[in-house]
Parts: sequence; C-alpha cells; structure tokens
Amino acid sequence: MNKKTSTSAYLNSIENRLNEFFTMIAGLWIFSVQFFRYVFVPPYEVYEIRKHMNELGIKTLPIVSVTGFIIGLVLAMQTQPVLARFGAEAYLPGSVGISIVRELGPVITALIFAGRVSSGIGAELGSMRVTEQIDAMEVSAVDPFKYLVVTRIFACTFILPILTVYVIFIALTGAYIAVVLVQNMTIEYYTNAVLYSVEFGDAIPGVAKTFVFGYIVGLVGSYKGYTATNGTEGVGRASTTAVVVSSLMILIFDMILVKITLWLWPTF
Amino acid sequence: MVEIINLKKAFNSYIVLDDVSLSVEKGENLVVFGRSGTGKSVLLKCMVRLMEPDSGKIIIDGKDVLSLNIKELNELRKQIGFLFQSAALYDSMSVRQNLEFPLIRHFNFTPEEREQKVISVLEKVSLVEAIDKMPSELSGGMKKRIGLARSIITEPKLMLYDEPTTGLDPITSKEISYLILELQKSLNMTSVVVTHDLLCAEIIADRAIVLNEGKVQYQGSIPELTSSNDPFLKNFFSHEFIKENNQVN
Repeated sequence: MNKKTSTSAYLNSIENRLNEFFTMIAGLWIFSVQFFRYVFVPPYEVYEIRKHMNELGIKTLPIVSVTGFIIGLVLAMQTQPVLARFGAEAYLPGSVGISIVRELGPVITALIFAGRVSSGIGAELGSMRVTEQIDAMEVSAVDPFKYLVVTRIFACTFILPILTVYVIFIALTGAYIAVVLVQNMTIEYYTNAVLYSVEFGDAIPGVAKTFVFGYIVGLVGSYKGYTATNGTEGVGRASTTAVVVSSLMILIFDMILVKITLWLWPTF
Repeated sequence: MVEIINLKKAFNSYIVLDDVSLSVEKGENLVVFGRSGTGKSVLLKCMVRLMEPDSGKIIIDGKDVLSLNIKELNELRKQIGFLFQSAALYDSMSVRQNLEFPLIRHFNFTPEEREQKVISVLEKVSLVEAIDKMPSELSGGMKKRIGLARSIITEPKLMLYDEPTTGLDPITSKEISYLILELQKSLNMTSVVVTHDLLCAEIIADRAIVLNEGKVQYQGSIPELTSSNDPFLKNFFSHEFIKENNQVN
C-alpha cells in the first residue's frame, strides 16, 4: 500500500513538472509573439532601452572582462603542449583565435550574461509583480508589457553582441600573454597569425548568434519575473529558474545555430 | 457613476463574489467592509479589469467595462485612480518620476507645467520635501501619501482605495483618512474604499456595504451598521482591533 502511494506521488510529481515545463514553453512562445507585436508600435520608450543597455552593459563588463581574459590565457596554455607534440606550435595563435571567435567568446559571454542579467531581470520584475507595481502601471493605462518587457528584451538583444566583440578582443589578449610566456613571439607575428587564420566570415556567424542568445536572456528573465507568484519565495524562484532555463536554452540554440551555419556554408 | 450587476468571480471551486450588485452615485464615498477573503480587493480589481470576472456587468461612467477593448479600457482607466494597499510606488524611480510617470504618457505638458503639477499635488499631501527621495527612503505613511498623490495627479473622476490605512499607526491612519476626504471634496471625486478600519470609514463614508459569503449582505450609513442588532454586524463591529483603534484616538 505504501509502495503504491509513493509510486503515485512520484508519478504525480513527474506530471506536475511536465505540466510546468509545457506551460513555460507556451508562455515563452506567447511572450515572443507579443514582443514582436509590440516592438514596432509606438511609443518606442527609447530612454528606457538606452537606460537598460547602459545598466546591463556596465553591470556585466567587469565579470566578462576577467572571464574572457582567463579563458584566452588558459586556452592558449592548454593548447600549446598539444601542438608542440606535433611540432605545430606556429599554429597556436590561429587555432586559439578560431576557437575564441567562433565558439568560446560568444557562448561564454552569453552564459555569463545569462547568469548576471537573466536573474537580475527575473528578480526585478518578480518583485514588481508581487508588490503590485505592475498592476499599478496597468491601472494607470500604461502597458507594462511594452514598458518593462519589450525594452529589456530589446536591450539584451543588442548589448550582448557588443559585449561579445569586446570579450573576443580581451580573450585574444589573454591568449597572447600566454603565448609570450611560453614562446618567444612578437605581437606583430601573433596578430598576423591570428588575422591570417581567422577570417571575417568566422566572426559573422559567431557574433550573429549572440543576438539570439541576448534575446533568449531577456525573454526568459522577463517571462519568469513577469509571471512570478507567491510573494518573495516566488521572486527567488523566478530569479534562479531564469538563469537555469536561459543557460540551457543558450546551449541548445547554440547547437542548432552551429548546425544551421554548417548547413548553409559547408566550408565554414 | 458606478453600477455593478450580478458580479461573479471564483478561483477554481472557491466562489469569492457571488451575485454582487451595488451602485455608487456621482460624488459619493462608498466604504466596503468584510472579513478577510470575502473578495473586497477582488471587487476593486474587477472594476478596473486587473481581474476578469466570470459573469456580471460593471458600468462605470456609462461604459460597460467588461465589453471594452484594450484601447477603450485604457481611456477609461485614465479617469480612474487606484491606491493599492502597499501604495505600489515604482521603486526604481524617485518620487518625482513616480508622479510624472502618468503625466508624461497621457498629457502633452511642458516640463515646467509637469513640475508645477507635481509640486501642487505634493503640497496637497504635505510632502513637497520628499520630491527627490526614493521610495525606499519613505516611511509607510509617506508611501501611502505619495501613492495617493500619484493616483490623483491625473484628476480622476473615480478613486478606488484598497485598504488605505492598513499597516499605519492610528494617528497617521486618521491623517490619511482626512486627507482622502479633503481630496475627494476638493476634486469632487467618487470613491470606493475597501477598509477594515472603522475610524477611517467613519471619517470618509457616505454609505457602507458589508460583503459576506460573496454577497452584499448589509448596507447603510456607518451609524446604522454599527448600531444594528444583527448578530453578524454586532460581532463584526465589536472586533478587538476596531475597539483598540477607537480607544487610541
């Protein structure tokens, strides 16, 4: 009897989780549709968008700088002995450069951005929801979705690519320092080697996909915060799940976008 | 000004409002009493469609609220002020920005005219010195006053108050009640006030209703209700916190 009860409770919890999952997918879809419906309709809330871009960029800049620098440095240090085994040390700047520009720079920046920004948006909007600030906005005939959600998603979508380009340069600098530590290489040689290996075509898909990642971060954070319930506990949950869901979605969409890129440009 | 006909609202199987009907005349102050969970706040939220009722009719200023599209609804909402229980000030904005928020979006005032409006409304609630403060720097009573100032800055025809004195000490509570009365008179507004505070009701109310089990069970003036021999009303108005409030004042 006890075993039967525990199995039924287990099945119920699975059912609840599946229910929550599909509700979230549907919610994110509806938010996405609403975003594209509102984003082209005035008023454009330019001041709010600029304010969010500024805040989000500045908030994330220190952590992405440190992470980018260390990733570049460590990647070069780890790759050097492997290449040395095959006598291919000259290819170090190129291989590190391609890894950073194509994959590591965009994905690492997006994941850090998700951790920092998605949780922040989730907590901020969640707290506005449970303290009736969103209701107050709605009652004063201002559309809270347009004012709070559209502006944040828009800002995230356009600030992440800028941060990514910055992180790529910082990571390449970190890699150069590692190369100088183990090999006697001039900055001219390093720069030429990176530029020779990394083509402009490598950077475009890498940076372009961060528009999607930025959109995901803004969308998930806003959705989780905007739909928060159950007081402060709900705000905490919104903030945590926003990070988990947006990070997971970034990795899934990265896989899909890389596949699409390789399908469209097989020589990439 | 307001007419509510057979309003019903349930959350799953829990019926909160069951055939509620009431009307509020222009310029009248109606106080809504009721035990916690009897749907007083739900009633206010249904009136501005923050919640959608299951059935019934709400007519405000001749408009059937439930049949309005979002554009028409927002036009109507511009004529309604709502003071939330928590005041619901936007905590990322200063007092000035909170007050300017509806003005920037709905009126074509010049910055000077806006400033003048903000100062004038802050004078009404006696908080001009708080103009550049953030909500986190304000006390509970000050937040309520600023919330009130933000609600009346657009000079609404109808004001809805959700427990305007809850959580305040008796003296501040009395001050807020008189302020509400004064503003109602000077701006000639119609008000619906949800409260548990008998003293506040005595100051503000022209008429009161008592919600019980989802229905309007009693209505009349405050003296009529408080002196009633009905067991429920006797029990309701002899509640300890009401007594305490009266004693302190």
